[in-house]
Amino acid sequence: MQFPILSVIVFIPIITALIILMIPAERKEEVRVTALAAASFAVLLSIWVYFSYDVQAGGYQFLDKVNWLPSLGISYQVGVDGISAPLVLLTGIVMFTGVLISWNIDDRPREFFTFLFILATGVFGVFVSLDLFMLFFFYEIAVFPMFLLIALWGWKETREYAAMKLTLYLFIGSVISLVGALAMYFTAGLGTFDMLAMEQAGFSATFQRIWFPFVFFGFAVLGGIFPFHNWSPDGHVAAPTAVSMFHAGVLMKLGAFAALRVGIMLMPEGAKFHMPWIILLTLVNVVYGAFIAMVQSDFKYVIGFSSVSHMGLVLMGFATLNREGLLGAGIQMFSHGIMTALFFAVVGMVYDRAHTREIPRLGGFRRIMPWVAVAFIIGGLVSMGMPGFSGFIAEFPIFMGLWNSHPWVAVAAIISIVVTASYIMRVVGRVFFGQVPEEFEGHVGDVTALDKLALVVLSAILIGVGVYPSLMVPLVQSGVNNVLRLLGGV
Amino acid sequence: MSQVVFDPGMLLAILPEISLVALGIILLFVELLLPRDRHNVLGWITSLGLLFTIGISLAIGRPSEEPRLLWGGMIRQDWLGFIFKMMILFSAAVTALLVMELEGLGWRGETYLLMLASTVGMCLMASAADLIMLYLAIETTSIPLYVLSGFLTGDDKSAEAGFKYLLFGAMVSAVMLYGFSLLYGFSGTTSVYELASLAYQNNLSALVLFGALMLVLVGFAFKISAVPLHFWAPDVYEGAPTPIAGFLSTASKAAGFAVLVRVLLTAFPVISPFWGAILAALATATMTLGNVLALTQKNIKRLLAYSSIAHAGYTLIGVVAISTLGVTSVIFYLVAYIITNLLAFGVVTTIGRVTGSDDLASYAGLNRRSPGLALILLVAMLSLAGMPPFAGFVVKFAIFASAVESNLIWLAVVGVLNSIVGLYYYLIVLKVVYLYRSEDENKPLPIPRSYTIALAVLAVGIVLIGTVFAPWFSLSNAAAASLF
Repeated sequence: MQFPILSVIVFIPIITALIILMIPAERKEEVRVTALAAASFAVLLSIWVYFSYDVQAGGYQFLDKVNWLPSLGISYQVGVDGISAPLVLLTGIVMFTGVLISWNIDDRPREFFTFLFILATGVFGVFVSLDLFMLFFFYEIAVFPMFLLIALWGWKETREYAAMKLTLYLFIGSVISLVGALAMYFTAGLGTFDMLAMEQAGFSATFQRIWFPFVFFGFAVLGGIFPFHNWSPDGHVAAPTAVSMFHAGVLMKLGAFAALRVGIMLMPEGAKFHMPWIILLTLVNVVYGAFIAMVQSDFKYVIGFSSVSHMGLVLMGFATLNREGLLGAGIQMFSHGIMTALFFAVVGMVYDRAHTREIPRLGGFRRIMPWVAVAFIIGGLVSMGMPGFSGFIAEFPIFMGLWNSHPWVAVAAIISIVVTASYIMRVVGRVFFGQVPEEFEGHVGDVTALDKLALVVLSAILIGVGVYPSLMVPLVQSGVNNVLRLLGGV
Repeated sequence: MSQVVFDPGMLLAILPEISLVALGIILLFVELLLPRDRHNVLGWITSLGLLFTIGISLAIGRPSEEPRLLWGGMIRQDWLGFIFKMMILFSAAVTALLVMELEGLGWRGETYLLMLASTVGMCLMASAADLIMLYLAIETTSIPLYVLSGFLTGDDKSAEAGFKYLLFGAMVSAVMLYGFSLLYGFSGTTSVYELASLAYQNNLSALVLFGALMLVLVGFAFKISAVPLHFWAPDVYEGAPTPIAGFLSTASKAAGFAVLVRVLLTAFPVISPFWGAILAALATATMTLGNVLALTQKNIKRLLAYSSIAHAGYTLIGVVAISTLGVTSVIFYLVAYIITNLLAFGVVTTIGRVTGSDDLASYAGLNRRSPGLALILLVAMLSLAGMPPFAGFVVKFAIFASAVESNLIWLAVVGVLNSIVGLYYYLIVLKVVYLYRSEDENKPLPIPRSYTIALAVLAVGIVLIGTVFAPWFSLSNAAAASLF
């Protein structure tokens, strides 16, 4: 038997969480070092998985299966394909940089890292699971630590409200999908929750058309689909920096990924039936999200709504159901994850030092924290889809696919690029350039070395994928082939 | 009625009951010999005695694969009854540990004796196969519980709780007895297992049978605190000593479900569409009412009371499914629910013992005051809310699966919507514990050793059931299979 590397990745965080709980609360430094060590280990393993995935062979690799509840056909079954391998890597990177950026959390760091790592286990678990029950199991594990992380360490003004709103939204979504999943299980009559087997179940078209919306929307809530996106900007803004990074960077992908894996891949007929109108919803996401981001005066809300807009692109890519669209969506999940993690890191660094996020009150931060300014500009270019950055590699195929299937939607969606450019430029100009307001003169300092390390890692990845797309495109392509096969070679 | 022929196997079938009676007698003598200030030793003896009972039953008292009617058809020896007995005994053992450090309760031998008497009743309820036996068992269970609820005579609330419980209990019991007598009158038998076939032979009209069943259901619904016979629970839980409230909400409820499942599925299969519809409506009402009313509670014991009403509703879904998977998930659900609820009440006992208050507000700052206890409360609350990796998730999954399997998708949807409401108030508790500050947060919160043991075992149990669930599920499955 080969080394169960995926299982190790899944269980490192939760085992670390338990170890951290054993450390006395006042020994904060030990807690942080343990957390960083575990996160480094996890990120190394996920890099290893990413690069040793055999693109030629394709399909699901690093498989591992243990019977969990044989009488109902539930098993612990893991494996990655070309779509989930980048997401595992993404989670590893965000976890690592998130720990770096949370170094200065002084209020109960032990509890903070414990919950953060439980969350990480949930996320890893969903990305690698090939069993429907297991997917839900880890999905829910990813939901509840969010509540405590936001409510305890979040922004005092809105944290209680935002934490509850977010948790209830996501839980509603997941339980609705759960009923759909149970209906699939009993209708398939295979007596197994194995998704690879259920792909072959051959659900009737009627069944798929009835149940697809439940399953798809249940998960897409977490992907931030309009009109169920409302929790997301509030949640992002209220959350502490590392949690915003995790949340916008990774958790929203969880929703999109599960919507793809359970919704589209298991019920392709339903997807074909419903996507024509769902694509209009995602169009609203893309364009409306961008416009709302433009009028925000709170720095963090700008980024929060930009996530709604960019996640709209991911779901839009899915909705095209063609090769280009799916490929772009797959890359966009990774690219947006890193980009938005970078954005939230920047916002957090500015806020921690300036104690305000009101864009009109900020200015000239380029001089105070040059690294942060450069990082934000890189992120901004990614977000506008500039060639040479990962955003281009992701968005261009999405628009291509869209042009193939729905030209008019493509025309409308492209407006968002202009709007994105305008809100990014506005933030860059107002926050990082211009005069430093007098109130910040003197006492606002530069960021720490750990912060810089996090920014460099994230920026480097965005540029790396942008200038050398072969790092990712063939991999995602192999995953997309599998989806297309299920869709009947559209 | 068949002639009673003695064989030693018959004694093994009631081994737990025999052991409990022996334990009670031992307690009586030990109490006489102990000096006054050492009386919490009684708690250890009771608890260990109960664990010994579990051990010895598992070792030599296991039922055979083939279910048997014993003692003249009074009890049925099968896995269903056995599993329920083990749950009840476990619950009693934990309750004894929680009771022992409470002044006025744990230092008196009567407490333990009454608990044991009630436990004997519950064990008999779990295996009773005859209406007369059933009635006796239910009364043996209830009467000591009335006393225990009102045990703190100096406390008005406790006295009120005991009295309320007694009045409602007695009334409901009379209605149920009337139902039993009608059933006997119509069918000519008191045996639960012969009732169905005799009713069929005598061409009994479904309406008559249904009418009698309704009366009987009143008694059962009271025991499991299902709507519309739930109203006693919040008042009694609030007033009764906390561990006793925990005992009521776990062991007593489990025994109620054992009876409900056995009687409905074996004696009334003919009219299952009728009672299925009624119970589906009850389940919906119970879940919804319990969860919605829990939202506004300011007292943690009342909150847990409404939550336990809601959980009775979830469990009823499994009964309504009328299938092997349904019964399996009922048992599975109860296993998880008992452990989780005992843990919740255990934490409430621990805190109430020090702070003297059960108000939710007094839980503020608990995370800073006692991180371990806060974490344990988190485990309990999330398990009640149905979050993995705790026991509550997989059992809810099983319950909803059984509903979907039996084409009761609407009921599964009602269930999942309710669990969202449930999540809300469990999270409120966690918010108070983790987020809010209090002036008392630097004061110590001593936890007696017996409590530490009980809480740790339960918390580990919750995680174990929630992650390694195959053995528990198979056991529940075996129990469910023995019913049919």
